[in-house]
Amino acid sequence: MSKVEEIAKGVLAGDKRSIAKAITIVENKPEEAQRLIAAIYPHTGKAHIIGLTGPGGAGKSTLIEKMVREYRRRGKTVGVIAVDPTSPFTGGAFLGDRIRMQELTMDEGVFIRSMATRNNPGGIAKATKDAVKILDAAGKDVIIVETVGAGQSEVDIVKVAQTVVVVHAPGLGDEIQAIKAGLMEIADIFVVNKADRENADKTVIDIQAVLQLDDRVKAWNPPIVKTVAVTGEGVPQLLDKIEEHRQFLQRELLQKRSWEKAQAELVEAIRDKVTSSIIEKLKREKRFEKILQQIVNREIDPATAAEKLLNQEME
Amino acid sequence: MQSEGKSERKIRVLIAKPGLDSHDRGAKVVARALRDAGMEVIYTGLRQTPEQIVETALQEDVDVIGLSILSGAHMALFPRIMELLKEKGLTDVLVFAGGIIPEEDIPELKKIGIREVFGPGTPTDKIVKYVLENAPKREH
Repeated sequence: MSKVEEIAKGVLAGDKRSIAKAITIVENKPEEAQRLIAAIYPHTGKAHIIGLTGPGGAGKSTLIEKMVREYRRRGKTVGVIAVDPTSPFTGGAFLGDRIRMQELTMDEGVFIRSMATRNNPGGIAKATKDAVKILDAAGKDVIIVETVGAGQSEVDIVKVAQTVVVVHAPGLGDEIQAIKAGLMEIADIFVVNKADRENADKTVIDIQAVLQLDDRVKAWNPPIVKTVAVTGEGVPQLLDKIEEHRQFLQRELLQKRSWEKAQAELVEAIRDKVTSSIIEKLKREKRFEKILQQIVNREIDPATAAEKLLNQEME
Repeated sequence: MQSEGKSERKIRVLIAKPGLDSHDRGAKVVARALRDAGMEVIYTGLRQTPEQIVETALQEDVDVIGLSILSGAHMALFPRIMELLKEKGLTDVLVFAGGIIPEEDIPELKKIGIREVFGPGTPTDKIVKYVLENAPKREH
């Protein structure tokens, strides 16, 4: 067995060392990464993937720590990928998100990995998507991706997460502008963190005002949840909303599937009916046997014959 | 701007503070120096247990661990960390230490696998150079 296959096998068994090594591979070795992902891919698709984004200082890391605790209380295993920016000047990165999550480190049902953007624009690293697949294949029920403190263009999280949570907090200044500019379209749920501050309701109203600008008819209207991450207040409600969104997605998917199935059946039924009615008509008019004879005599090929008959019918 | 070499593997470093120290100024200075030298530095904050440090090193798949300690508990905490690293199979990780560590303890620390000890006032360049030269060259 090659090293990559061995690591893939370890990932599927939920072995933490293998998970860690696998993430290093997808960060550094594109060719081996492809083999690794190919090996684990059939085992992905079970986890619910949550993206947390929002301006720096909103309290994303602290909120994640409390979310993980609540998921653990609910019996779920959790993977966390925390992305921090790489310095474009030195190529180095200071990955400090763990500081707020360190107490979770010893929990067997939790795996946390810090990741640098490596100058990938969009708020996540290039390898984040693959790291999510690795944690998914390793059997984590929930995967939370924390983006870099987002401005207006860090919206790549939508390509990775199924539920995007945009975290905001009162007193961060003009960041409501960022929500207007780019984050509004991607948010499935809004969080106003630090809700114990007196101007928190103003932030809620600001977000509501922004949401009202959007007059498209939507099947899902993003709720606004108030939290106090340091105490954990509002976190169970946030998880409930995330669960609601997950169920919404499943219904959507089911609906989409039944739609596709109905369409296939309808097309088939139409095809049957049209075909038999045309053939019956051709037979009645004795044109069917006539052209059949011509095909047998090699005077015309079947495709051209069919086209000719149909053209006559259409006229 | 740095040139982004495709095959270049970033050195990942965990800067960890075991024990009950109440400040982390030195650890942060070293973390920043290593970052500025192009490394990816994971910092976990104060008051970490040996178990937390080793588990973090495992999950983050680091190449290097820098232990910073001021409390004087290094002779109790460092051997435990080295033991746990061995237990978890993290034997190729480069471990160095810094902080307030008396000269006479250094031979014993080196014996248990701490590869270098940097005292107060060590220029950060020296630490950066040491890590660049000694970080393991890994395949995975």
